[in-house]
Amino acid sequence: MTTNLKKIDKYRWELPRTGAMRVPGIIYATESMLAGSSQNEPLKQVANVATLPGILKASLAMPDMHWGYGFPIGGVAAFDWESGVISPGGVGYDINCGVRLATTSLVENEIRPRLKELVDALFRDIPSGIGSTGPIKLSIPEVKKVLQGGSRWAVSQGLGITSDLDFTEEGGCMENADPDTVSPRALERGKNQLGTLGSGNHFLEIGVVETIYEPEAASVFGLFEGQVTLMLHSGSRGLGYQICDDSLAFMSKHVKKLGFDLPDRQLACAMIQSKEGTRYHNAMACAANYAWANRQVLMHRSRDVFLNVLGMGPRDLGMNLVYDVCHNIAKKETHVIDGKKQTVCVHRKGATRSFPPGHPALCAEYQHTGQPVIIPGDMGTASYVLAGTQKAMEETFGSTCHGAGRVLSRKAAKKASKGRAIHRELEDKGILVRWTGRSTLSEEMPEAYKDVSQVVEVVHEAGISKKVARLRPIGVVKG
Amino acid sequence: MSKKYKFIDHTADFGMQVFGSDSQELFTNAALALFDVITEMDVLKGLDSCNITVSGEDWPDLMINWLREVLYLWNGKEMLVKSVQILSLSENKISAKIYFDAYKPDRHIINTEIKAVTYHQIQVKSSPSGWKAQIIFDI
Repeated sequence: MTTNLKKIDKYRWELPRTGAMRVPGIIYATESMLAGSSQNEPLKQVANVATLPGILKASLAMPDMHWGYGFPIGGVAAFDWESGVISPGGVGYDINCGVRLATTSLVENEIRPRLKELVDALFRDIPSGIGSTGPIKLSIPEVKKVLQGGSRWAVSQGLGITSDLDFTEEGGCMENADPDTVSPRALERGKNQLGTLGSGNHFLEIGVVETIYEPEAASVFGLFEGQVTLMLHSGSRGLGYQICDDSLAFMSKHVKKLGFDLPDRQLACAMIQSKEGTRYHNAMACAANYAWANRQVLMHRSRDVFLNVLGMGPRDLGMNLVYDVCHNIAKKETHVIDGKKQTVCVHRKGATRSFPPGHPALCAEYQHTGQPVIIPGDMGTASYVLAGTQKAMEETFGSTCHGAGRVLSRKAAKKASKGRAIHRELEDKGILVRWTGRSTLSEEMPEAYKDVSQVVEVVHEAGISKKVARLRPIGVVKG
Repeated sequence: MSKKYKFIDHTADFGMQVFGSDSQELFTNAALALFDVITEMDVLKGLDSCNITVSGEDWPDLMINWLREVLYLWNGKEMLVKSVQILSLSENKISAKIYFDAYKPDRHIINTEIKAVTYHQIQVKSSPSGWKAQIIFDI
């Protein structure tokens, strides 16, 4: 472990201010998670983020922290809305990469006999894989409508129901999305990719609720033991990558005029209250909205597959959205700092919002439970549903972890899986997998990831979100 | 010239070191290394061609902008690059003729998705023994 880390308590570590750092770093982790040299680079990134103008309280990292570009993945940083910066490196390339969880009225043994058929149909009908394109072809003016409307656009097209919007972070539509800030290249890439899963760690998963930790919250979220669920992990596809890339290109030039040294070019940023800052924010909001529309379409199509394969009506299937969370975003929020309310720009890069009970951003149904927080694990283990807490508001700008986090590089994972049939190993555990990419399965095998349960244990014990339920995968489609 | 490029392994991403006896060879090899990751280049024929021109503030910036542009040929236009002929090159500008095939799903194999070229730990250096660059990609 880096020797200059100071233990705050069992689950929190301080990286004291040194050099150009304006605030300290605070890392949520156990001692064993911080052991080994693999944490040196992300810790350096935590320190780098702490040097940016307008940063408030601390540069934070969640227990799934790992090495990113500029900001670490698992990083959270809030900047004063008037005097702080906004940075594409604090959001990531896949803007509004996120997760959506839906429940059904079914229990495991009702779909087991049809599981193979169901997974095959999902694999066939939901486009996945590198550069996958979908059945929805949009004109440029229509892409712009998606960028402005987000999930609302999808619902207006009959690809969802109005109540889905209540159960989506931001109502599935971020304000100030301005398509005029989006390059023709990004718009072009958005034309054919709506309703596609993508590749890499993106997936669609049929799960079963295995354990309930908080019966009251679980009941409000619509979860019960043995229940079949559907989880989706996808983002803004090529349109989002292009917006991030375009923004980094102009900001890396712009930042030189600001008169401060960046420890890493990938931290290129602009003052929030500048033309350039507004331009990035409003373009990022477009990508965020595209991602919400994408996940809304993906869920709608998946619901159709369930209905067709199982030969039942929507009422019997009872597929309801629990929540849709984003884990790569920068947002305008109000937080209390030193006893005073302050408007800030919270960057969450590989971190999930964890708003507490009573927060005005939550729909009426979740006012007493706090926000559902969806944490996907690797494809062979488990996923979790947590709930947001007041402590997250006090300590982490209303944020928690986002997933397991890689421990093996893709090459190392391929090496470790050589001579093994990963899909068969999963099948032996009762998990059916379909995949597109040649090396997807070996790169994404369970051992390539940290143990999600350990990550979740830290955020639960630290109190920045609390465990509600644990889900076990039974069918997975990977890009 | 021994090795044209080699791949570097990182936990969450992927990078490469590229070599060249001069700057032209370095930029050519960088573009080819990128497509070696994306696809099986042996089946490419380079039937079509197009010209691209890219500018940058210094060598590292030029390298990133060059690879961004070359990557966009795939990500944005579904072109798979077979070879590159550099027409002119200075620290601030590169012009090149690109030979490519239009992507056909039944014919071409796509191995890896590269989301973007990053500024992370970017290096472009010349020395008496030749040119060397390091580039990290988001995949």
